[in-house]
Amino acid sequence: MGEPLLELRSATVDYRTANGLVPAVRGVDLRIDAGQTLGLAGESGCGKSTLAMAVLRLLPRNAAIGGEILLGGENVTDMSWGRLRAVRWAEASVVFQGAMHALNPVRRVGDQIAEPIRLHGKGSVERVDHRVGELLEQVGLPARRARAYPHELSGGQRQRVMIAMALACSPGLIIADEPTTALDVMVQAQVLTLLSRLVDELDIGLLMISHDLSVLASTCQRLAVMYAGRIVEQGKAVDVLREPRHPYTKALAAAFPTIGDASSRLSPRGLAGDPPDPSDLPGGCPFHPRCPSVLPECSGTDVLLRPVSEDRTSACLLEVEP
Amino acid sequence: MTQGESTLLRADDVSVRFGAARAVDGVELDIRAGEIIALVGESGCGKTTLARTLLGLQQPTSGRVLYEGKPLPTGTRGLREYRRHAQLILQDPTGALNPRHSVYEAVAEGLRIHRVPGDERELVASALSRAGLRPPERFFGLVPHELSGGQRQRVVIAGALALDPSVLIADEPVASLDASVRGEILALLLRLRDDLGLAALVVTHDLGLAWNIADRVAVMYLGRIVESGPVEQVLTAPSHPYTKALLSVLPESEGPATVLAGETPDPSRVPTGCRFHPRCPLLAAGLPDSVADRCRTVDLPIVDGASPGVACHAVEVATAR
Amino acid sequence: MTASIAWQRRRAAAGRVWSQFRTDRGGLIGLAVLVVIVLLAVLAPLISDRSGLDVTHATGGVLQPPGDGFLLGTDESGRSVLLLLLWGSRVSLLVGLAATLLSVGVGTVVGVLMAHFGGWAQAVLMRVTDFFLVLPSLVLAAVLSTVLTPGIGTIIIAIGATAWPTTARLVRSQTLSVESRPYIERSWALGAGHWHVIGKHVLPAVAPLVFANTTLNVANSIITESTLSFLGLGDPNSPSWGSMLHNALQTGAVTARAWWYLLPPGVAIGVVVLAFMMCGRALEAVLNPRLRER
Repeated sequence: MGEPLLELRSATVDYRTANGLVPAVRGVDLRIDAGQTLGLAGESGCGKSTLAMAVLRLLPRNAAIGGEILLGGENVTDMSWGRLRAVRWAEASVVFQGAMHALNPVRRVGDQIAEPIRLHGKGSVERVDHRVGELLEQVGLPARRARAYPHELSGGQRQRVMIAMALACSPGLIIADEPTTALDVMVQAQVLTLLSRLVDELDIGLLMISHDLSVLASTCQRLAVMYAGRIVEQGKAVDVLREPRHPYTKALAAAFPTIGDASSRLSPRGLAGDPPDPSDLPGGCPFHPRCPSVLPECSGTDVLLRPVSEDRTSACLLEVEP
Repeated sequence: MTQGESTLLRADDVSVRFGAARAVDGVELDIRAGEIIALVGESGCGKTTLARTLLGLQQPTSGRVLYEGKPLPTGTRGLREYRRHAQLILQDPTGALNPRHSVYEAVAEGLRIHRVPGDERELVASALSRAGLRPPERFFGLVPHELSGGQRQRVVIAGALALDPSVLIADEPVASLDASVRGEILALLLRLRDDLGLAALVVTHDLGLAWNIADRVAVMYLGRIVESGPVEQVLTAPSHPYTKALLSVLPESEGPATVLAGETPDPSRVPTGCRFHPRCPLLAAGLPDSVADRCRTVDLPIVDGASPGVACHAVEVATAR
Repeated sequence: MTASIAWQRRRAAAGRVWSQFRTDRGGLIGLAVLVVIVLLAVLAPLISDRSGLDVTHATGGVLQPPGDGFLLGTDESGRSVLLLLLWGSRVSLLVGLAATLLSVGVGTVVGVLMAHFGGWAQAVLMRVTDFFLVLPSLVLAAVLSTVLTPGIGTIIIAIGATAWPTTARLVRSQTLSVESRPYIERSWALGAGHWHVIGKHVLPAVAPLVFANTTLNVANSIITESTLSFLGLGDPNSPSWGSMLHNALQTGAVTARAWWYLLPPGVAIGVVVLAFMMCGRALEAVLNPRLRER
């Protein structure tokens, strides 16, 4: 198998606030090998974006990372500043949430793609320009668009520019945080097709974060569902979607109905209540207040992730022994 | 719904132009009492502009909007009166509420503007209950940032319900909400239709939403309706190549995905002939010359959104046989 | 009941503003100084004898140094400098406050109208605002003071007429930002008219910023008033700190080395202005972050 690109062992992230320590990520184990794609599903407040930013230590100063976050075998939290800067973008890069607003409006797009290349000291001006052109073509844009300003491009084109930027230093791992959330259906399809093609061609690892299970299932090989800072189900994407083994996964899957499915016609399904506030988590299983299949013991038992079948884990009393 | 349902709101050959941009380029659409219509399309297709025009927030460049058979009033007083019948639900519930106003004030705002007679407190409490916030008194003094996204959207809906409208126009009502909360808000809209007979026009880019709650659906492309009809028919057996493509790229759909190249063209540069023809997969795959010529040169008649219809030369030819 | 909800929230909001303001030491000091000075100014009739300002009733010698019953010495007519300082504070503060209220009032109205109505209203008012903004304010104030009958009212108008454009531009940009929020569109959709949108949404959102700006404006107005009085354009009948400096210069107090005549009014102006500025900056720091995140 070789060394994994990214491995998290009991990773935790706490935010130090005026009201005490707020646990955003409460013990996550993950593994991505080269050429593999993992989808991380969850809603606001579950900790998925925090987790993504923690990989490159891009969190604010009041965040404390615990456990181990291993990038190519090296623990990110132990890295020196110099080593961290070298690693950022060259080994792993991020396509940020709201990527379309992450572009500097007063600089040409080509310059912005070239920025990480120049920062990592890779080559002369001609070589950099050539590389920028190469990257733009790789994401489906003509090379001459390097001279455009962000406002001259459409939403889908800007997203492609963000992906080109992420590929600039040929990283081994790309973390895409909600890459298609604000996009139209057709543009979303184009971007997902692009990401899949790039992952295949360049043999890179992809960690994709989204709240849309079906989007993740169509692009990623494996799927992990997060709730209240922990993974509550993990397994092969198609299996998880087809046969969820956790009530939250079932609810997430039901939120985006399949067209043609008579059971969802005129019956929208959702959960009561709201995603929990990380600073005020319920006791026992954090999902129990909203769970449609709640048992009496759920409010008192903190359920951990356990294997339920071949290549599948779940954190639910209905599926596993505590 | 049954035939002969009364038409509440109608767009009669409405066009809205902003300079050279033809945001809405000839639309006929009906909203009948007690039904939910989904207006589906991608960004730039003009659906939001059309929704605002139906509400009187935007003047049509040509054509007219009819409420209960009569054209919308144009003066401020007349429009204000109209607002009691047709209300708006915006996409972002956080931005839609004044952060300084309490829930009570937000819901009472409409009542105060229209000087609705009656006990204000009762009316506000009743509106909050109908929107699913119970007990309503608990929410009176809260401010928006003390509520969750779903609760804020309910407050916005309560504010609209307080005026006792007959039509709700919702622009992406659940797009900014968490996935697990969507179902509740959509169920609320369905319940309002069932219990109060409230008609609704839901503007969205999400076809799954249309499947969830709409009776009829109209698909818009570049300012025109390209296909409309009952949800079961349009979404499971689409006729227009654009609708087919949209449905095929949904992640959970089976079969090959027809990913259209490029993006929707600028509304100021609408293609001649059928406006979809530059991106049409059917045309690209090959059509008989007579049909292909018409696709490139002959514009299609406006689909009347009141009855099922498709704006496509190839389909016309096929059904004519 | 509904009115009480709104008032409860306003009180709670005021409480939050106060507790945050308290953490700024400069702001507290400024506030304390202002409270003391305002109290003294208001209570002047009670704690001193106004007749001492009348030249004919002056008891001291000419330009007497401090001591011998006159804590700050006397002026060129034998009047107590301390008395002049005390009564002068009333004029300076009154003019400063009134001129500010006038300029902030006009500026807010013009700014809101410009931003809300847009179109030709904005085009016309913008040009007017720019015109007044570019005009050298002191020169304009001086011209107005000489053209109109001299008096406190004239000074107030003169200062107000030149200080309003900055407030107008500030209020205009804040109004534009508020009106781009979705809740304004919701208000229109509910059937609101112009005055409802302006009164219920725009003004409450703009008010905190204007309030913070007002405090800074008062400082400016006091300086302008003092400058005008110093140049001899003030009201000859009522003493103000600026006119004290004017008299000091005119009557040769400088050559006579009568520092007790020059220093107190100068220091007083400086102290009051500094106090207003520290207060104003602390207020801005409290009110602005909330404005930004909203």
